[in-house]
Amino acid sequence: MKEDILKYGLPTLTRKTLIDMYAMMLRIRMFEERIVDLYPEQEMKCPVHLCIGQEAIATGVCLNLRKDDYVFSNHRGHGHALAKGSAMRPLMAEFYGKVTGCSRGKGGSMHIIDVENGILGTSAIVAGGIPMGVGAALASSIRKEDRVTVIFFGDGAYDEGALYESFNFASLKKLPVVFFCENNFYATNSHQSARQSACRISDAASAFDSHGVCIDGNDAIEVYKAAEDSINRARKGGGPSLIEAKTYRWKGHVGPDADYEKGCRPKEELLYWMERCPVKVMREFILSRNAATKDELAEIAASITDEIDDAVKFAKESEYPPLSDLLTDVYAPVKEPL
Amino acid sequence: MGKLNIVGAINSALFEEMGRDSDVIIIGEDVGRDGGVFRVTEGLLERFGPDRVIDTPLSELGIIGAAVGLAAYGMKPVAEIQFMGFLYAGLEQIFSHAARIRSRSRGRFSVPMVIRTPYGIGIKPPELHSESSEALFCHMPGIKVVVPSTPYNAKGLLKSAIRDPDTVLFMEPSRLYRSIKADVPDGDYVVPLGRASILQEGKDLTVVSWGTMLHKAAEAAEGFDAEIIDLMTLKPFDEEAILTSVKKTGRLVIVHEAPRIAGFGAEVAALVAEEAIEYLKAPILRVAGFEAVVPMARLEDFYMPSLERIKKAYERVMRY
Ligand SMILES: Cc1ncc(C[n+]2csc(CCOP(=O)(O)OP(=O)(O)O)c2C)c(N)n1
Ligand SMILES: [Mg+2]
Repeated sequence: MKEDILKYGLPTLTRKTLIDMYAMMLRIRMFEERIVDLYPEQEMKCPVHLCIGQEAIATGVCLNLRKDDYVFSNHRGHGHALAKGSAMRPLMAEFYGKVTGCSRGKGGSMHIIDVENGILGTSAIVAGGIPMGVGAALASSIRKEDRVTVIFFGDGAYDEGALYESFNFASLKKLPVVFFCENNFYATNSHQSARQSACRISDAASAFDSHGVCIDGNDAIEVYKAAEDSINRARKGGGPSLIEAKTYRWKGHVGPDADYEKGCRPKEELLYWMERCPVKVMREFILSRNAATKDELAEIAASITDEIDDAVKFAKESEYPPLSDLLTDVYAPVKEPL
Repeated sequence: MGKLNIVGAINSALFEEMGRDSDVIIIGEDVGRDGGVFRVTEGLLERFGPDRVIDTPLSELGIIGAAVGLAAYGMKPVAEIQFMGFLYAGLEQIFSHAARIRSRSRGRFSVPMVIRTPYGIGIKPPELHSESSEALFCHMPGIKVVVPSTPYNAKGLLKSAIRDPDTVLFMEPSRLYRSIKADVPDGDYVVPLGRASILQEGKDLTVVSWGTMLHKAAEAAEGFDAEIIDLMTLKPFDEEAILTSVKKTGRLVIVHEAPRIAGFGAEVAALVAEEAIEYLKAPILRVAGFEAVVPMARLEDFYMPSLERIKKAYERVMRY
């Protein structure tokens, strides 16, 4: 441990943490890339919003969370789920609309749920998870459980009123919640500057007398540190924080293709951010500090490939939900005849 | 006369109405530079400029609320909400304000705005991208509800909606957007609100439907001498057209995509029960969606009223 501190500069950032972060980022990247490869087969039954380019955020945050901490996610949520502990099989099966999926094949990529790992359910509604996340944090505060809730949302959700109402309430009650904005500068094709006058998202925290920081979302270590600080603060009763992490999505808003071909965004912008690939940054850091060898990193990649192969096979071989599933889970099952 | 799909027909209605009346403006997410999720507002920004085609932040309550204020001020906003499920985030401004300002101001102000939104199962994502919640809006006094079914009536109805002095919810069947191409007159014409159209005359059975389902209901009617009514405006709806037809046929089947319970079909059935029960030869049947959240993939196909389910209902009423 002491040696780790000398080498990597942070008490919590052990060699193991570094490797875990790299492995998780790579796991998210390779998972998403497999979707890119498979999507043209047209067997996946739902639209997919990929998070390639943004892997450092889910990873740096969730590595600071306990299994019983809560995460509220959004339409771009594959990375959040994997980083929080979800297995690949139920995710992949969900995208194929199979009954073995995390949402029993009824919800698809935008409706990820993993109760055991603290993901209580996701919807497509931008900012829809924010008030619910605050409610979960309120519950843990009332019950005096030291659970922290992290709410992920995009720069688009910053436009919605739900954020402000929720933040105000969370701050008033000093709730154990972290508002985490993944600022990738775009909501669909609309640039942040076309939607916001100030473009300083983290500054909003000061209006609610809370902690706010703006960080480089492509640097997993920076994300890790900022998240650790805010999560500890929340757990100790210090109230909510707002972290804004600047990043970039490499693919189009939805689907497996890059969108510069369609003229949605300038190609130079993408190239600039690809240079600052979060996985590459981490890999170089690890190798430069001799925290792992190239062979060790290659082994990690190989085991991820196996995990993905297995998940795809599982998804493809699983059954579709029976038609009777249409009517389930609208209400609690009726035990006695009404 | 040119052939247009529903996207093109709505687009041309917007072009013409904006050209005709400088108070007509468009407001919504990605409606300008992007031309909207379904490209319905394409070209309007270039033609009419950013004061009249306004890209907004991602904020449904803000969009609808701003449109209410614009309309009360005297303008004629056409607000676009990307999917019907996203409208729920703006309901407060519709139900609590748009619907009531005429009454609240004792007739001194009105809210002549249109809210356009794609509805229904159409492009595959489940849940909130496939909503068909017309009945909620029909229930609220002060709001009109319109659902086109063809390029021709889409254009004519939207023009009427824009010129209407009150708030109109204009529900665009996303499944039909590009699937039907038909003749649409070039010049100005309107299809009046509040009037149904008889798609096909018949003697044995009256079928009432709207939007996407109208086409399925018509397809299923092959082999039946059915009179098919395209309701088009759900609120206020054409009671006379329905009663006249049912008095002739003595049988009524209503087909809609929304869940059956408290769906708009119940209102149509109640009208006939109240006003024409002595003409009925058979029970009134509804073919509708289930009491369920629209799921994806195969279950989605099962959710939609199928040709078989509709035919069965026709057969059943014909047995009387
Ligand atoms: C209430 C609501 N409005 C609009 C949409 C359509 N929509 C889906 S994702 C999205 C962009 C969201 O942008 P952001 O929050 O920045 O997340 P990102 O896609 O960049 O990850 C929009 C407009 C929606 N799903 N919900
Ligand atoms: Mg964004």
